[in-house]
Amino acid sequence: MSLDTFRQETREWLAQNCPPGMRKPSRGEPDICWGGRNWKFESEDQKIWLERMAARGWTVPMWPKEYGGGGLSREEEKILREEMRAIGARSPLESFGIWMLGPALLQFGNEAQKKEHLPKIARGEIRWCQGYSEPGAGSDLASLQTKAEDKGDYFLVNGQKIWTSYADKADWIFCLVRTDPAAPKHSGISFVLFDMTTPGVSTKPILLISGKSPFCETFFDDVKVPKENLVGNLNEGWTIAKYLLTHERASIGAGGSLAGLRSLPAAAIKAVGRDQNGRLADAFIRNDVIRAEIDGYALLATVERYKAEAKAGQGVGSKSAILKYAGTELNKRRYETFMTIAGSDGLEWESERSEDGTLAREWLRTKANSIEGGTSEVMLGIVAKQILKLPGA
Amino acid sequence: MIALDEDRIMLRDSAREFLTDKSPVSELRRLRDTRDQDGFSRDLWRGMKDMGWTGILIDEANGGSDFGHVGMALVCEEMGRTLAASPFLSTAVMAATALRRSGSEEQKKKWLPAISEAKAIIALAVDEGRKHNPEATALKAEMSGNAFRLNGDKSFVVDGHVADQIIVAARTEGDPGKKEGISLFLIDSKSPGISIERVIGVDSRNNARIKFENVHAAGTDALGEVGKGYQLLENTLNAGRAGIAAEMLGVAGESFDRTVAYLKERKQFGKFIGEFQALQHRAAHIFGELELLRSLVLSACVALDKNPDTAGLSVSAAKFKAAEVVKLAVSEAVQMFGGMGMTDEIDIGLFMKRARATQEFLGDAGFHADRFALAQKF
Ligand SMILES: Cc1cc2nc3c(=O)[nH]c(=O)nc-3n(C[C@H](O)[C@H](O)[C@H](O)COP(=O)(O)OP(=O)(O)OC[C@H]3O[C@@H](n4cnc5c(N)ncnc54)[C@H](O)[C@@H]3O)c2cc1C
Repeated sequence: MSLDTFRQETREWLAQNCPPGMRKPSRGEPDICWGGRNWKFESEDQKIWLERMAARGWTVPMWPKEYGGGGLSREEEKILREEMRAIGARSPLESFGIWMLGPALLQFGNEAQKKEHLPKIARGEIRWCQGYSEPGAGSDLASLQTKAEDKGDYFLVNGQKIWTSYADKADWIFCLVRTDPAAPKHSGISFVLFDMTTPGVSTKPILLISGKSPFCETFFDDVKVPKENLVGNLNEGWTIAKYLLTHERASIGAGGSLAGLRSLPAAAIKAVGRDQNGRLADAFIRNDVIRAEIDGYALLATVERYKAEAKAGQGVGSKSAILKYAGTELNKRRYETFMTIAGSDGLEWESERSEDGTLAREWLRTKANSIEGGTSEVMLGIVAKQILKLPGA
Repeated sequence: MIALDEDRIMLRDSAREFLTDKSPVSELRRLRDTRDQDGFSRDLWRGMKDMGWTGILIDEANGGSDFGHVGMALVCEEMGRTLAASPFLSTAVMAATALRRSGSEEQKKKWLPAISEAKAIIALAVDEGRKHNPEATALKAEMSGNAFRLNGDKSFVVDGHVADQIIVAARTEGDPGKKEGISLFLIDSKSPGISIERVIGVDSRNNARIKFENVHAAGTDALGEVGKGYQLLENTLNAGRAGIAAEMLGVAGESFDRTVAYLKERKQFGKFIGEFQALQHRAAHIFGELELLRSLVLSACVALDKNPDTAGLSVSAAKFKAAEVVKLAVSEAVQMFGGMGMTDEIDIGLFMKRARATQEFLGDAGFHADRFALAQKF
């Protein structure tokens, strides 16, 4: 099928199938569909939209069809995104399974694991959380201590994770565990999957400065994990962990680009107006808005360029650290500007007009962007070491 | 967005090889120290012709190689890396763009092959004050019969001191500040009434102040439609702006690479200074900024190749970012070289000087920030 035909058909299909409620601008977090066993759809429209998109594999457009994906090429996927944006269609499903675990399983999972887990991610049936960080292992992730002992046909897992986003809502966890305490720290780690309802798993929410969107402490107390849930080889989990992180970082970083976010110029125009020449009336704010917009363009263009280069076989690798760093720092700047624009309106925390402090909460939440998935300092360290090859980095 | 294909990678690699061989930074020093009368090497310019660069934006029928703007940018970037001085941007980029787009058949036939063959240098005279502002064009062109009489002053005319021809932006109607009423003329630099003063810049590159006193221009010397030259001028300038942004990417990239090399070589406190995290993180930050700039330059050139009339936004984004990044890269370079960075002996200072000039040329960061915003109605 030619790309033009694909665009035409996609446009028609979206026009017929995207319910009206899913074309309203998203308010961000509260409107995201995360899926999972216990998911309560906010509306019938949200449910229908997920089912229809999942049936075409378009919740994960570029995954192979046999695993619940749409089998689209990069160009087709871009068209799909463009056509969705054109009618203001929301994303039908977001999840850690889509952003992180899926790509890792496609690369490192065995056939049975792919068949078992990927379609459920694609259909939004199972919601995943990420068990990486521990109280003593943050930036220095490889020093993690949660241990998994080989008990014949299962691993016995004991330990604690922290900052596990949505652990209390997730159905399954992908988890880094130490399987060889004697080996050097990077060589004794394995990558395992297990059900959060397994006996011995418990979670305790931690409140964020933004109030909502809790993340958790997660405890493992004699948790039995079947051997077949080991992904890749024993003690080679670090490779998978890093691969997954590059996907996590790229998607967190891309969040700083323009696509699908609040519009800074629109907010500024609404708040401060324009002078007779069409310029934003507040020169100080205008300056900030311009810088943020141009950097947003630059980031978007860089994401696209890296994709094109990856496709052409021109190595990209640790460059996801740049996207993560630039994207998250930009996003923080953008939200500082949103807050400046909003003035005292932006300070409202409990009020009808602010929908209980949506902006203030988003602003606070962006502060985590440069921490989660590896801090900005860690990203700069990766660039210094792996790209610039500076000594001792 | 695109990845470079094999042809373009080859173009870039051959440009790098050619320039490091024929026009390394030491060549700029030679031009400076000997106060070379042209401020560039005519041999080098002929070499660029053999490489197909003089005709890089010219169609094959007129002797060009027609590599497009992406190709142009690759060459400009490499020129930035070695600080190569040549009339490339004025002649092969801007004059060629203006002529190809709006020249009469006669003008095209005469000048496009001449540019391709490196037989003509053509400068663009736009700026009049200390800041780039094409709309403010005040130089007057008064119609008398079928001809025009030009009066006024131009400044910062890059390559104006060696130009055979000058494309001059003039006002045939209206007041300075208006887009309407601007016209372009292509005139012989030896025409009576033209006086040219050579200016050697801080970057050892050359431009000219040019005085027009009752200079005669025939009706056939007009480039494009009289009174409606603004869009043509914009397209011409945008090609130049994308080119200079690419050069800035090269200037910033090269001074950064030299800095990183120094971090791996200089020792203090018994360590390589590159082991200090304070410097590592600043270096990594610059690397990230260079990556962002590279994407903007490329997307501006892709946009120019697609449709020059709608590329203004991307071009301004690129030129804005280029100004910010080149300033960061050269300032940090001097700082990280310590006292050595302040000496004329090493090249870093030359990069800093060129960076300053490129920031001003064809609109500084503020100019392009404003354009970018206005194009998006804020
Ligand atoms: C909102 C949010 C959601 C998260 N979700 C998850 C999740 O779902 N699953 C999960 O496993 N984890 C999650 N995390 C954890 C996150 O990955 C860690 O917080 C992060 O890796 C940093 O670790 P840390 O908090 O222990 O900070 P630390 O490592 O203690 O860092 C403290 C400070 O020291 C700096 N620092 C550390 N090492 C260096 C160094 N070598 N050089 C220079 N500076 C250094 C850091 O940059 C930081 O500024 C989440 C975090 C947040 C904020």
